[in-house]
Amino acid sequence: MATLFGSGIKRREDPRLITGTATYTDDVKLPGLTYAGILRSPYAHAKLTRIDVSAARRAPGVVAVYTGADIKDRVVPVPCAWNPPNCDLKTPPHPLLAYEKVRYVGDGVALVVAETRAQARDALDLIEVDYDPLPAGVDPEKMAQAGAPLVHADVPKNIAFTWVVSGGDADKAFAEAPVKVKQRLVQQRLAPTAMEPRAAVASYNKGTGQLTLWATSQNPHIHRFLCSVILKLPEHRIRVIAPEVGGGFGSKIPVYADEALVGLASMDLGRPVKWAEDRSENYKATIHGRDHIEYVELCGTKDGRVTGLRTTVYAGLGAYASTAGPGIPTILHGLIYSGPYVIPNIHGTVYGVYTNGTPVDAYRGAGRPEAAYLVDRLMDLFAREIGMDPVETRRKNLIPKDRFPYTSATGIIYDSGDYTAALDKALSLFDYRAFRAEQEKARKQGRYLGVGITPYVEICGSGPSQVAGAIGFGGGQYESAIVRVYPTGVVRVYVGVSPHGQGEETTFAQIVADEFGYPVENVEIVHGDTEATPQGWGTYGSRTTAVGGSAVVTAARRVKDKAKKIAAHLMEANEADLEWKDGKFVVRGSPGTGKTFAEVALMANIAWNMPEGVEPGLEASAFFDPSNFVYPFGTHVCTVEVNPETGNVQILRYIAVDDCGRQINPMIVDGQVHGGVIQGLGEALQEIVVYDDDGQLVTGTMMDYAVPRASQMPHVETAHTVTPSPVNPLGVKGVGEAGTIPSAACLVSAVCDALAPLGIRHIDKPLTPARVWAAIQQAKGGLQ
Amino acid sequence: MKHPVTLTINGMAHAVEVESRALLVQVLRDDLNLTGTHVGCDTSQCGACTVLLDARAVKSCTLFAVQAEGHAITTIEGFGTPEQLHPLQTAFWEKHGLQCGFCTPGMILCAADLLSRNPDPSEVEIRHAIEGNLCRCTGYQNIVTAIQSAAATMRGAQAEPAAAAATAKPAGQPAGAGV
Repeated sequence: MATLFGSGIKRREDPRLITGTATYTDDVKLPGLTYAGILRSPYAHAKLTRIDVSAARRAPGVVAVYTGADIKDRVVPVPCAWNPPNCDLKTPPHPLLAYEKVRYVGDGVALVVAETRAQARDALDLIEVDYDPLPAGVDPEKMAQAGAPLVHADVPKNIAFTWVVSGGDADKAFAEAPVKVKQRLVQQRLAPTAMEPRAAVASYNKGTGQLTLWATSQNPHIHRFLCSVILKLPEHRIRVIAPEVGGGFGSKIPVYADEALVGLASMDLGRPVKWAEDRSENYKATIHGRDHIEYVELCGTKDGRVTGLRTTVYAGLGAYASTAGPGIPTILHGLIYSGPYVIPNIHGTVYGVYTNGTPVDAYRGAGRPEAAYLVDRLMDLFAREIGMDPVETRRKNLIPKDRFPYTSATGIIYDSGDYTAALDKALSLFDYRAFRAEQEKARKQGRYLGVGITPYVEICGSGPSQVAGAIGFGGGQYESAIVRVYPTGVVRVYVGVSPHGQGEETTFAQIVADEFGYPVENVEIVHGDTEATPQGWGTYGSRTTAVGGSAVVTAARRVKDKAKKIAAHLMEANEADLEWKDGKFVVRGSPGTGKTFAEVALMANIAWNMPEGVEPGLEASAFFDPSNFVYPFGTHVCTVEVNPETGNVQILRYIAVDDCGRQINPMIVDGQVHGGVIQGLGEALQEIVVYDDDGQLVTGTMMDYAVPRASQMPHVETAHTVTPSPVNPLGVKGVGEAGTIPSAACLVSAVCDALAPLGIRHIDKPLTPARVWAAIQQAKGGLQ
Repeated sequence: MKHPVTLTINGMAHAVEVESRALLVQVLRDDLNLTGTHVGCDTSQCGACTVLLDARAVKSCTLFAVQAEGHAITTIEGFGTPEQLHPLQTAFWEKHGLQCGFCTPGMILCAADLLSRNPDPSEVEIRHAIEGNLCRCTGYQNIVTAIQSAAATMRGAQAEPAAAAATAKPAGQPAGAGV
């Protein structure tokens, strides 16, 4: 019988989403609901000298007002949950509401709860705050120098940690190498901009002592855990529900002060409290991504063999260490510096730096796009330095297929790969020689065409949990599933992961339906409710299918093993003689008889006739802890034409060849690639969070922060190679972030290739027309 | 100060009292519980709140509720139901034109406006028409494909005899939908 695994069936999530019947957090309404608003600092750095909330307390409809001083002794500061080893991380307290000083534009100062949204908003305007502005800074490199304003008095030079990654002997490699290239790179701050802003609804029942929290969360179990810490409420008294979640891209991983604040207010008031940020608040108070200033260098031989890589990175953390913040520019960045290449000698130093900016945490790719970008830029510079073709330079250094599992100089073990095959596939879809000929012809006409060809690898599907502990992650990295079969044979699967657009209600159902010989309609996936689902760690890091899906299939197989025992009993046969064929348990060699899964399920649930020693019921749970991370990879190709008069970059073609192991639903895989690529191209071309010199946020609305629009973005051509992962039973890797990993690098590489005749080696992203035009003018000597 | 207004939404009249400053989207969501219309920004950039006003796509965050009186409003809830999907909804489903779904109602209604004016748009025309609707998940590619697919379906339905076309039209769709 045909399997659902590998079939691009329509998504089961969609009917509710296309008809407006889905329930997002801000859609939740409860009797007696109140609405909260948060007053946020308009200054990047200031002493709070006076707060007067008396007028707000008297305003129509207001039921409560809180300041930082009111609550600081009642709650635990917002925790940072990732403390990488050997880096002496300093995490000064992160108050839920500021009480001595504010440290970034958007820092919470007061909370108002009122009967209506509008009343809460009105009352915020009545709060009088005296700010005594202090010197501020948002540039992570400048903030790490002596004399910079201190964000936290007890963190010298604002350096939260100094993390070193080292393998081989990089200094010796550089001393001996005949060729060296180096570059300063700015990897700008980005705003994740999930289309649904963050929101939370808290409902506390004073009688039961139970707090229910609906939240825009990628990981409701982590929200339950950390809210329990902040609110000093036992974990079993908190239920977190992540209903429909409108995208996250990392921004809904962290546990923010805001969710805990509504929880606290609801506990006081005994009434439900809702808070929903607007977009301007989102740009101030929801985490940002990237924010690196990097000094990077590569060395090698004249015939194109790379021998060493060194980096010094200033990674902005913003004003506080967010939930996973310190893990992003260290573990998820430095360990994969060599990307898809053999680079035997590596040394990197990463400074995590506090600044007067919004906290920085995971944004799609989280550390890995930054790593992919720096090694790809260096590969281009190296190729140009030695006069070798950039594709050949890359090919020469790719990790050969026969070296997997491959241990990098940084000590991580790449699970499986065939990087040359992905590069070859990309080149089979793109006539490189013809393009070079066309480029040559165009150059003679004063036109600037360019190509970027970027092989990449990423690290995702983290595990095992022992490693999570060793790298300082404040939780496990296994995943969980319960497969429960009802008397009529239909199945519900409860999972600890919490998808929010990635489609696992469909892909997980495909896996289970295959195991039981069912149509997909017989299987429902339940996620996003800590009361219903077993302990899990959430959806991020492209881990949901590799780790969560493996828990699902493991539980399903346990159920099937039990079903087989029962089937053998019902058929009066030896279990060993049974096989699963055409959706039935049959006695080998007698295909005419048999028991379907549904028939066995009924008997298991009514238990009239069970084998001796077998319990009634048909369900199983599984906790899957992977033996290693997974390493998706591929090669992307981008061609561009740059207009030398305007600096405008036009994308001519974008080809993405990705290998995420075996594909459960190719339609969904391609959708993930499309979205990921466009986010990377947004980063490359137009997205940047801008602060002025005083730390004032300039890109505070969607009019200023340039999210890609349909008319600006290309059609993405997708193709795949398939290299199964050996570290999970499905052979899958992960594809949620893949598109974002190489795409910014690929576009910048293409533009720099286009402008090579002008001697332009590098331009920092985003490559806005203004920046490209300025680089062209400078290269021509017209702009100093 | 509150104003009594009667809003015609998805073919039904609703009498509500609204503040002068109340935006149409707030009244739809908070007063009438039509939460399929979403709010993704506060500057009329994202299009998540798009509804049809007399068959034209408008951003319901850019309209005061009092301004909507006397007009026929269609929200996603009145556009098609899970039992009887509009061809655009079917196409978004079949072509994987959505992921998290937050932008989807606005995107579908924006596309409905486009197809009512241009039944056979090119990819460039579609991308231009939806540039006021932001999507962060799909990279727009499958949204474009879905709109092209729906356009073909709807052209096919129109080309058939009148009787067949009548049955192809979703039930309960208000005249204002104009697609």
